[in-house]
Amino acid sequence: MRKLLFESLIRPPLTERSPQVSDAAVDELARALDGAARKRLGRSLSIRAVDAGSCNGCELEIHALNNAFYDIERFGFRFVASPRHADVLLVTGPVTKNMREALKRTWDATPNPKWVVALGGCAKDGGCFAGSYAVVGGVSGVVPVDLHIPGCPPRPIEILKGLIALLDGANGTVGASLA
Amino acid sequence: MPALTDLIEAGRPAEHQAPWRHAVVAPKAWNLAVEQLAAGRWSLLGLWGEPDKVHMALLDEARVIGVISLDCRGGRYPSVGQQHPPALRLERAAADLFGLAPQGLPDTRRWLDHGQWGVSHPLATQPAKPAGEASYRFLTAEGESLHQIPVGPVHAGIIEPGHFRFTASGETVVRLEERLGYVHKGIEGLMAGAPLDRAAMLAGRTSGDSTVAYSLAFARAVEAALGVAVPPRAIWLRALMAELERLANHLGDIGAICNDAAFALMHAHCGVLRERVLRAADAAFGHRLMRDRIVPGGAAGDLNEAGTSAIRSLVAEIRQRFPHLVELYDNTASLQDRTVATGRLNVELARQYAAGGYVGRASGRDFDARRTPGYAPYDELTFDVPVLQEGDVNARVWIRVREVEQSLSLVEQILGRLPAGPIRADVATANEPREGMALVEGFRGDILVWLRIGEGGLIERCHLRDPSWFQWPLLEAAIEGNIVADFPICNKSFNCSYSGHDL
Repeated sequence: MRKLLFESLIRPPLTERSPQVSDAAVDELARALDGAARKRLGRSLSIRAVDAGSCNGCELEIHALNNAFYDIERFGFRFVASPRHADVLLVTGPVTKNMREALKRTWDATPNPKWVVALGGCAKDGGCFAGSYAVVGGVSGVVPVDLHIPGCPPRPIEILKGLIALLDGANGTVGASLA
Repeated sequence: MPALTDLIEAGRPAEHQAPWRHAVVAPKAWNLAVEQLAAGRWSLLGLWGEPDKVHMALLDEARVIGVISLDCRGGRYPSVGQQHPPALRLERAAADLFGLAPQGLPDTRRWLDHGQWGVSHPLATQPAKPAGEASYRFLTAEGESLHQIPVGPVHAGIIEPGHFRFTASGETVVRLEERLGYVHKGIEGLMAGAPLDRAAMLAGRTSGDSTVAYSLAFARAVEAALGVAVPPRAIWLRALMAELERLANHLGDIGAICNDAAFALMHAHCGVLRERVLRAADAAFGHRLMRDRIVPGGAAGDLNEAGTSAIRSLVAEIRQRFPHLVELYDNTASLQDRTVATGRLNVELARQYAAGGYVGRASGRDFDARRTPGYAPYDELTFDVPVLQEGDVNARVWIRVREVEQSLSLVEQILGRLPAGPIRADVATANEPREGMALVEGFRGDILVWLRIGEGGLIERCHLRDPSWFQWPLLEAAIEGNIVADFPICNKSFNCSYSGHDL
């Protein structure tokens, strides 16, 4: 173990540079966020991931955000274990009917101010599962959505861009640039 | 003692079925097969329904694979689960979807149907009105000072949803009961009537971590049904993708299991290696998870020089770094203290449930679909199938470690011998209904796909059986007598799929 730790000291970091935030995400957020909420959050966002019926592909890429390459905590994001601690619900999947109630209850349990990010193609409109007897077809059919991050699944860097846009927006920089 | 082939020969053969034999049998032959399962001589590979039939895929003692079907008059048939418990949840699922009524089924609670669909028996010829929401009766445990801990469906980590009901005595788990079905998307319903390209997309989204394995299993079943000759280069490219997927998942799992013992260093280093695999896959095939890269008839994209060198440097990197991590795992007493003798699954249960993948192989079940029944190009490749007897978390880690080493060797062999030529053949539709089946070894175990393609080239019925069907019930057994705090590490060492199971 000592050898591994020592090597880590002398090897260069693997961490990627901070990505540029996509304009589309900033635009969508500017519309979604209201001014009063921005100041309350400080510089961090707590995220509660909710799988509402995804194939697990999106979860794999959310996991990747925690690896040394993306190291999401350096931007002030933390994944939390309870909706009670969350500012953001990161929801994946087409929302199966069997998960509809659980998603709604998770949203109800999240204190205000709160945002919902719908991650992946299914979370937007049900994707290739739309039309099934067992799915609602998109997160916005159950809880209000503030930001969509497209992809099947989105690359970690795309998720990161979307979340940074959300954080900037939540801290007022989006509002400031519009004012 | 009958052989599976005898039963099939005595039945009415299904026309145009490949590559294994399939017959509609009489109730007597069906019961004979159930007896063989119950006696532990045969293994159940799958059980699925149609509006008027029930099918069973079987593996007999001589490792012959076959499918037998039974006509269900009025939806009724003699329950398999009554005598062979591994069929229980499969029969409950078929009852929910098709309204089939297994006679004598000891557990008639609904499984996938939580009373939310607005319809009952959605895949039956005549779907019924919803039966209404009924509360789910969990199994009981009796004794002094027992308490229950309900967990889920929304879990604390970034994982899929499902409900676990623990009954504990102090810290010790007396009973765990799973309730699944939360991510049921109706994939088999969407498959019915779908053209092949859409059905292939759906198959590739059954379980995100096994997208390559599912796409491969679906493609192989279609190719078997329609008699498509896949170009050699495509066959080898598909195996390359399958091994990369296995590497990524095993590396991720080894790290995550250690993380559940609060040993974050392994998690961090394994996470780096996993990310390297995904990046190499992206460079080689244009998608980190290689989704939609395997299609019926071949592969969707070719491998170029840059992709080849990305994979070669990946293998070199893992070969250099991984042994140090294995050494770290093996020499850290505090970590071993958590994994050794924890969550033990006995050999007998693994055999009874025909548990695939590392769950089975860590408990003495020597089965790998790449070898039995085997498929190209693995018959031309050299690899070992590691098997251990201990059945604890530690054994499941070691199976993964050994399989990482095997997959590295397979990737090198494939790159060294990759044939040239086209990568995709035309898939011509047939003039009559055709059936096909495939068994493919995903990282988690054997995935079974059975399908029937109609005259117009549309899917009539497609059944996808995840290895988790036969692993989830075993987790309930493995956790018994362990402490509640060890559930995460046991669960991660099984790493069953929710989406693949719920479908």
